[in-house]
Amino acid sequence: MRYLKETPSQTAGPYVHIGCVPSFAGLEGMFGGRDLGDKMITGDAKGERITLTGHVHDGTGMAIRDALLEIWQADAAGLYNSPQERRGAADPHFTGWGRQPTDGETGRYRFETIKPGPVPWSDGRMQAPHILVWIVARGINMGLATRVYFDDEQEANAADPLLARIEHRDRIPTLLARREGDTYHFDIHLQGPDETIFFDI
Amino acid sequence: MTNSPPPGTFFQRDFTWHPPALTPGYKTSVTRAPQRARIAYDNTVTELTGPTFGHNIIGELDNDLTLNYARPGHSAQGPRIIVHGHVLDEEARPVPNVLVEFWQANAGGRYRHKKDSYLAPLDPDFGGCGRTVTDAEGRYHFRTILPGPYPWPNGVNDWRPAHIHFSLFGHGFAQRLITQMYFEGDPHIDICPILQTIPSKAAIDTLVARLDMNHTVPMDARAYRMDFVLRGQRQTLFENKMEGM
Repeated sequence: MRYLKETPSQTAGPYVHIGCVPSFAGLEGMFGGRDLGDKMITGDAKGERITLTGHVHDGTGMAIRDALLEIWQADAAGLYNSPQERRGAADPHFTGWGRQPTDGETGRYRFETIKPGPVPWSDGRMQAPHILVWIVARGINMGLATRVYFDDEQEANAADPLLARIEHRDRIPTLLARREGDTYHFDIHLQGPDETIFFDI
Repeated sequence: MTNSPPPGTFFQRDFTWHPPALTPGYKTSVTRAPQRARIAYDNTVTELTGPTFGHNIIGELDNDLTLNYARPGHSAQGPRIIVHGHVLDEEARPVPNVLVEFWQANAGGRYRHKKDSYLAPLDPDFGGCGRTVTDAEGRYHFRTILPGPYPWPNGVNDWRPAHIHFSLFGHGFAQRLITQMYFEGDPHIDICPILQTIPSKAAIDTLVARLDMNHTVPMDARAYRMDFVLRGQRQTLFENKMEGM
């Protein structure tokens, strides 16, 4: 059996903003003047409104200012707004997908979203609430996937099938967002002693 | 769609085909490359699902970079080209409804970006980005101008081959891909530190678009053909059969 090979990845480069967030890049009026993914809550979405924010650090500890992040998550009921979601209809007022650049001066990223509900693991056990994060930037040859879990979901995290299989338990905190009011802080470390766990999804 | 079986998982990624994270010839990767192994797990509903973008988000000129930033009555400067092809999966099945986004430098090799200070001038009629959604047969096309090569700070004399950046969404987030397309015959392909992050010449070759005279529009624009391949997906039907055995 002969298969085609997946198209090889290449870095998104320093000018990824032109293609993915053109209004942010200063291309005024492009695509109606709104960047795709800039707004995840499109109406009266159910669930708890939260802010997810943080920095992406390189191996020297510096916050990188030219990254682009995408997040993908379930709605408050644990359903994805996707044709591939076969378990029911997701909240029509929540897209589940967001895209934001890190700030060109401070390196901070920020998503306004809702707290996701739990979704099942492949065998039917429940996973703890989580958000899939995908990071691209100059110097990253292939997009990096990780997950945000929530530090106030201790019980669900303790029962999560993916967290349970992580051998180096001291690395699990790299996946936990820290709650402060309605804001969750989640810093990503590309390398170094606090290197974030990245997944082969 | 409620109660229908979940979609099958995606084929395992071949990381020997993609560039590794650490590629010292491309200097920026040195401090941005994770050093620990990626942790693998079977796709769950999180990775099997993904956002979709209907054809209705696409504006009339979104797939025409010669016009979508041009002043009325003007068009972008440079050799006019059409880029087209299919988005397929690893079993050569067309992938419809894929959002394809693209961005590039202008004909002089300059990006419309505040971080780009190359001395080639901006073109007032060229923004450098576009987007489209694949049709039912997985086809896409757009019009643009041939981007110029440009120097970049890596070695003292490194130049990028002419290229167009692409972002593609599959049906599941596990298929998400960003890459770059190059042009047949460009002598910079063999000496570009970014292209050479890819381990094999065979893989690099799949990123090189071919001149396609049959789709060239006479007296208007030459065509280049570029196909993309996203990860394949196991058939749920087959998995169910296995379970019943």
